[in-house]
Amino acid sequence: MDYELMQRVFPFFLEAAWITILLSVLTAVLGLICGILGTAARLSRFVVLRFLGAAYVSLFRGTPALIQLFILYFGGPQIGIQLDAFEAGVIGLGVNVGAYMTETMRGAIIAVDKGQAEAARTLGMSRWQAMRNVILPQAMRLMIRPLGVNLNALIKSTALVAAISVVELTYTAQRYIGSTYKPFEMFLIAGVLYMIIIYIVGVGVALADRKARIT
Amino acid sequence: MSNPHPFVDIRHAQKSFGTLEVLKDISLQVDRGQIVAIIGPSGSGKSTLLRAINDLDPLTGGEIWLEDKQINKSLPYRQYEKNINDVRQEIGMVFQHFNLFPHLKVRENVTLAPKMLKGLSDTEANALAEEQLTKVGMIERIDYYPSQLSGGQKQRVAIARALAMKPKVMLFDEATSALDPELVEEVNLVMKKLAEEDMTMIIVTHEMGFAESVCDRVLFMDQGVVVEEGPPDVIFRNPKNERTRNFLRKHLAGAAS
Repeated sequence: MDYELMQRVFPFFLEAAWITILLSVLTAVLGLICGILGTAARLSRFVVLRFLGAAYVSLFRGTPALIQLFILYFGGPQIGIQLDAFEAGVIGLGVNVGAYMTETMRGAIIAVDKGQAEAARTLGMSRWQAMRNVILPQAMRLMIRPLGVNLNALIKSTALVAAISVVELTYTAQRYIGSTYKPFEMFLIAGVLYMIIIYIVGVGVALADRKARIT
Repeated sequence: MSNPHPFVDIRHAQKSFGTLEVLKDISLQVDRGQIVAIIGPSGSGKSTLLRAINDLDPLTGGEIWLEDKQINKSLPYRQYEKNINDVRQEIGMVFQHFNLFPHLKVRENVTLAPKMLKGLSDTEANALAEEQLTKVGMIERIDYYPSQLSGGQKQRVAIARALAMKPKVMLFDEATSALDPELVEEVNLVMKKLAEEDMTMIIVTHEMGFAESVCDRVLFMDQGVVVEEGPPDVIFRNPKNERTRNFLRKHLAGAAS
């Protein structure tokens, strides 16, 4: 192993790691927004919205995220969507992970005992009042861990945007392999940095979950 | 001169799931302050009937009235919701499995709905919670979470939560069936207290002794129909119908063993 080389390129990898983190954060935010909208649609009393929600989920979970990115980034200009690589990465991955988060959130909401909604409605609460004050507070606790799983998958899937030339960790590793011919070292650095990011996020999720359980 | 409207009026209630008829043309009038027990084997439709009264399980035919308001009126969605939410505030319900809100303390379980739906201030709602929890003997546990309570305690809190809405009628859906035998009595005592305060109550129960001692009237249901109804001493001591006799015999044999 060429430690000297690894030390020399490490600062550039750190910079790339920040791009990966930024990408992850923006994607997670967009994914949560899509997930909330998707969940609202899937639980709506309007059949059209329920259908659209289900179509969204099966479309984006039923095709590879890489293909979705390619369609958006390479195919987009053909239908008038001009995005730079970073924007396409955030939007493509965000909408994709939103489909998974939709199912996570919906699952948590329907996992809350039916008797809870019945008790709330029996007291005279509207559907929304029962959802807001009784169902959601309980569902939120149930969804922390599975959303953490979505987040974990999301961080790893940011590696895909290297394929549309966003200069993040994976792309950076590939670039340095081109000039150094040391794939083992370069991918090792990238892998370790991914692991650190994912570990920290994992600890955060576990803490949030524990806090939610105590109160 | 009697009231033109009975207090709770169930007219020709019908309910079917596909081809399965769960309720077959049941009518029941309950007057203000009356206490009615509904007994019968499981699957007889007694819980379905009770849950139809506040439209939790909507009927497929017939009408339910509380005083001069029809509960299961067929209306456009928004109007239906408004109507049902208003009427439900006047009907308290107690469930077999308590259904307390586990993320809220006992106090907030009781104050949540009055604050949200009746616009009570924190002070007013707290006073109300303390009053209702004192009535059911749970004031010492006001700052506990439901998970820290026994089944009997949970059910007493659930009763206080329902009473805090100042309902005109209380529905009990097998309120003691999920309790350990030694915890049944504390809940029964609370229900007796309500009876003494002339609360109108409709009680689905398997506790024949309790039904006999508290109720004004007993309905025996089987296979979706009211087989026999009358004052408790007649139904329990001298039932006329063969099915009622069989049910009571089996039930008493089961209870004794």
